[in-house]
Amino acid sequence: MIPAAFEYYRPKDIEGVLAILEQHGDDARVMAGGHSLIPMMKLRMADVPHLIDLQDVGGLSGIEVTGDSIRLGALVTQAQIIDSAELTRAAPILREAALQIADPQVRYMGTIGGNVANGDPGNDMPGLMQCLDASFSLIGPDGAREVAARDFYEAAYMTDREDDEVLTAVTLPLPQGGYAYEKQKRKIGDYATAAAAVQITGQGGTCTSASIAMTNLSDTPIFSEDAGEALVGTTVDDAAIKAAMAAMLGDIDPTEDNRGPVAFKKHVAGVILRRAITRAWSRA
Amino acid sequence: MSKKTHITLKVNGKSEEFLAEPRELLIYTLRERLNITGPHIGCETSHCGACTVTVDGKSVKSCTMFAVQAEGAEITTIEGIGTPDSLHPLQEAFKEHHGLQCGYCTPGMITRAAKLLEENPAPSEEEIRFGMAGNICRCTGYQNIVKSIQAAAAEMNSSQSSSSEAVGHKTTEAAE
Ligand SMILES: Cc1cc2nc3c(=O)[nH]c(=O)nc-3n(C[C@H](O)[C@H](O)[C@H](O)COP(=O)(O)OP(=O)(O)OC[C@H]3O[C@@H](n4cnc5c(N)ncnc54)[C@H](O)[C@@H]3O)c2cc1C
Repeated sequence: MIPAAFEYYRPKDIEGVLAILEQHGDDARVMAGGHSLIPMMKLRMADVPHLIDLQDVGGLSGIEVTGDSIRLGALVTQAQIIDSAELTRAAPILREAALQIADPQVRYMGTIGGNVANGDPGNDMPGLMQCLDASFSLIGPDGAREVAARDFYEAAYMTDREDDEVLTAVTLPLPQGGYAYEKQKRKIGDYATAAAAVQITGQGGTCTSASIAMTNLSDTPIFSEDAGEALVGTTVDDAAIKAAMAAMLGDIDPTEDNRGPVAFKKHVAGVILRRAITRAWSRA
Repeated sequence: MSKKTHITLKVNGKSEEFLAEPRELLIYTLRERLNITGPHIGCETSHCGACTVTVDGKSVKSCTMFAVQAEGAEITTIEGIGTPDSLHPLQEAFKEHHGLQCGYCTPGMITRAAKLLEENPAPSEEEIRFGMAGNICRCTGYQNIVKSIQAAAAEMNSSQSSSSEAVGHKTTEAAE
């Protein structure tokens, strides 16, 4: 399988990237790790006459952990997330989720920027970033702007990012309390049948805040505010978990595909969310 | 046809220089241009790992990287890991413990295993299975592959422990 021919660019700075995007418009596309884009090009599902390789662009890498936030450059790979002890201390859920993406070879190449910009409902990082209330830094011909992960996804492969904008970084507030990323898949290396990201805090046995987002159960990731609300003020007992599951099921909209029929997906979504809440709460 | 690009790579210690279309995938460069046919084409869809090579210290499925992306990189294939006269401990162990049957996945399997042992010189069975998850074998059922990697690790550690402690030990718990 060989992709259609394209012109290849490897600019050293973001100005260079933006200039090529401006010149070629829709015909140009950036590539980070290439592990979503190259398979699509090989299948001729993506047509990219002008391919801009981001690997040499300065300022897009690096993991910065400060007192109240974390900044990940767009080119930070899943393997780097897994290997960073500092990041794991500050936000262990990132490592827990990254370890459940694909396989070792893919994780050396796949980047956080590519994963969140791609717009594939199967990608794991978008839901996680909604759970953690991250924001994405974009830069384009009109300058830089920030978009909340919770406002970024519009439909499958449709995001708030304009074609001539590049995602430069992901920033998130330091997560608090217990966490869990639970994922059900058909086999190792597979995309989720259902996945749940949960971050939860408590005091004296009572839940004080809970953030819940689901992956691959709609054409976008689903941040379920109601599911989180259902836990706040409770002791996270069985009744509260059932209420959170019911709220979550009201927010997702799965479709039937090779991972199963709708009823099965809803069932799995509930099971996965229950496990995620239980594990997160045990760590809170 | 797009403009050809000038590419330089170092493959198994040897410098290579050529002109190629940017769409040329690294696996084709290796197999058809450089006649390095150890890395195999299995699924060609980024899943099976038969085409695994090491690119600047990362295990990469070479069907999912353009040769131009690897410009300036150092690449190691199975050919750079051992020779028929001087097998790598992994090759010796795969032979000894029946870590292969048809052999199609073996070059990628061993290339990945070599990198895994570099990162984690004494992996548990679970860590081996997790660290080898990007390489599919249709014959062995993996049992003997795991055994082979464990045997190679033991061999490499015993021949090393006399000289120096293994450094850079990094463990990754199996999340799946
Ligand atoms: C076998 C296999 C299994 C996988 N399993 C999973 C899985 O379980 N979970 C999961 O989440 N992912 C999975 N993936 C996808 C993998 O994680 C990808 O690497 C990731 O989705 C995209 O990251 P990338 O850096 O490779 O992006 P690329 O492939 O380079 O780009 C993807 C898209 O994002 C755009 N893009 C990339 N970077 C930027 C940027 N900085 N600014 C703007 N646009 C950008 C590109 O133009 C392209 O449209 C799998 C991939 C494979 C091959």
